[in-house]
Amino acid sequence: MGLRPPHCWGGGRGGNDGPGGYMWLGSLGDPGPRGCGDEDSTVPGDGCPRGPSRVLARIRERRRLMGHVSLAHSCFCGVSARFMEPYIFGSRLDQDIIDLEQTAVHLQLALNFTAHVAYRKGIILFVGRNRQFSHLIETMARDCGEYAHTRYFKGGLLTNAPLLLGPNVRLPDLIIFLHTLNNVFEPHVAVRDAAKMQIPTVGIVDTNCNPCLITYPVPGNDDSPPSVRLFCRLFQTTITRAKQKRRQMEALYRLQGQEGPGARGQGPAALPSLAA
Amino acid sequence: MAAPCVSCGAPLSYRLFLGGRVSFARRHGVWKAAAAELQIGAGSQILRLRHTTGVTTKKNVAALRRETYTVDFIKKQIEEFNIGKRHLANMMGEDPETFTQEDIDRAIAYLFPSGLFEKQARPIMKHPEQIFPKQRAVQWGEDGRPFHFLFYTGKQSYYSLMHETYGKLLDVEKRQNQLQAKGLFSENTKTKDLIGSRWLIKEELEDMLVEKLSDQDYAQFIRLLERLLTVQRDAEEEFVQQFRRSVTIQSKKQLIEPLQYDEQGMAFSTSEGKRKSARAKAVVYEHGSGRIKVNGIDYLLYFPVMQDREQLMFPFHFLDRLGKHDVTCTVAGGGPSSQAGAIRLAMAKALCSFVTEEEVEWMRQGARRGGSRWGRELSPRDLGTADHRPTRQGAEEAGPGGRPQEVHLEEALSAPTQAGRGDAGVCAHVRPTDGRDLPASVRACCGMVCF
Repeated sequence: MGLRPPHCWGGGRGGNDGPGGYMWLGSLGDPGPRGCGDEDSTVPGDGCPRGPSRVLARIRERRRLMGHVSLAHSCFCGVSARFMEPYIFGSRLDQDIIDLEQTAVHLQLALNFTAHVAYRKGIILFVGRNRQFSHLIETMARDCGEYAHTRYFKGGLLTNAPLLLGPNVRLPDLIIFLHTLNNVFEPHVAVRDAAKMQIPTVGIVDTNCNPCLITYPVPGNDDSPPSVRLFCRLFQTTITRAKQKRRQMEALYRLQGQEGPGARGQGPAALPSLAA
Repeated sequence: MAAPCVSCGAPLSYRLFLGGRVSFARRHGVWKAAAAELQIGAGSQILRLRHTTGVTTKKNVAALRRETYTVDFIKKQIEEFNIGKRHLANMMGEDPETFTQEDIDRAIAYLFPSGLFEKQARPIMKHPEQIFPKQRAVQWGEDGRPFHFLFYTGKQSYYSLMHETYGKLLDVEKRQNQLQAKGLFSENTKTKDLIGSRWLIKEELEDMLVEKLSDQDYAQFIRLLERLLTVQRDAEEEFVQQFRRSVTIQSKKQLIEPLQYDEQGMAFSTSEGKRKSARAKAVVYEHGSGRIKVNGIDYLLYFPVMQDREQLMFPFHFLDRLGKHDVTCTVAGGGPSSQAGAIRLAMAKALCSFVTEEEVEWMRQGARRGGSRWGRELSPRDLGTADHRPTRQGAEEAGPGGRPQEVHLEEALSAPTQAGRGDAGVCAHVRPTDGRDLPASVRACCGMVCF
């Protein structure tokens, strides 16, 4: 096993060792070029932002493929390891290396979906149980105006929500897992509960995780700080841009409504929303 | 007949209509259907229960858990309270504008005198905010999106507080690292005086956050605050002060009587003491040979029992001043033992004037050393007896505190008898099993003077 595709390599070792001595193939350099041009892609008739999210993913992909953060994890022999085999590129010195090309594809899908949910004013809940990043995730969630849950997950929070949270509570429309496992290295309860409540999930699955129940798994490293920070930033930007887009579209529709009330007959309410 | 309980929607079973008599004294339309059925079946003697309630009112489960008061309801209550306050003021002939809560309480006590022992059962008229428990308003807006970003954790206030505190901790650490990197870091020795305050207790935190907490949550939060303070003692003062409450220091410093001088120039000091129903006044002279006169009688004759004389001896023995002072005292009330105890207290207090501050403190703590349990919270078991002395196995043979006889002076006994609880009285009423060899080992000596 010594196969490494050339574009996955960065410079030599750099940056700090993550906990457990995970291997670093590169270090975070200066941020890559922002906006490769076609951000204002053509907006389809119904206002769905298919353009920006894809562009976004392309930017990040390039940045990552420049070897900024390696997504690797130590070899894990468990049931989950079998499910993650398709995503693993290979292993070196007992470290599984995740195939970044697949990650890119999955990440693109996930970000696209997130952007759509955010565009439609859906409630997004960030879940992660690694206490090292709890503060980071909560701050990130607050900054984009969404919700976070990085604490002890009470049993019936999703399945028994009317009792725990209030009679007419609205459940999240999307749950994003920054860490699929809880502190005891078992699958987080919310994965199963979201599947039960038919809530789509996006999750960063590591080599010791089980991606089966997650709607949009994104194979990647969830243990090292730069990697988690990268993902946080990605989600944050996606959501903020989608919301911006939504505001733009609403303003546009409002203008159109003012100009020709009978012509289009479409107000901001005509835009698709998940709140109904 | 059993009163129908419509609200609970529970079927009633009443064997009331034996003989087919039906009573139509019901207001509820619910029962009309039932009554009609019953009337039809009136021919049969025994009636079976029919579940024919027209309206089944299901209890709102959420409301059962907690009485939810709407905002409008509370507002209405406040208006009613204000109007009622003015009426009350008029009734009492006072000015409605300057009618305070104390006036209200007095007026209510006057108008509705109540002989109930439980104070909380008496009629009260207070502002609705003090009566209705604080509640949360609805946590989300029209579109259903919750306001708080940690809403889905369940305990949003608590976790947001933890988040904020941790953020401050990170900031403080970052600042310190920066200072250290620049080399400007100084070991600040200014230790913030946190002595006069305590962390707020779990109930107070729950009130602050309007949220139920568990003990572990509370402990975790306090630990986080402590960690913040260990990093930097005066970090985030206003923030930390929110969670500190001042402690009224019980400075029960003993008033030291000033020395007085009599005609011969001898210094003396007077003081009083009491035990049970005995009241004593003692005059201790600075120089003497250990003579004690009680009510004009020598103590050997006044107190024939050895135990009482031991009590008199004890203050001097504690300070190693046996035979150095003369005492004249008067005592009244109570029996011999309580009189002895009262004199003992009076002498001890008087001796404070001749003694240094540290020794006064030492005397005060005489009760605490050796694990004495004076002033402890009494368990229901202890309260079983009339004088709250513990009735435990082996309590009698072993002396108070259940320890074996040979207890040296320095190891004060535990569980002394409750002496003068209302007053800072002399602690133990000691009861040595054999009155031999005193003062070599003054047994069963519990504290000295307890203030």
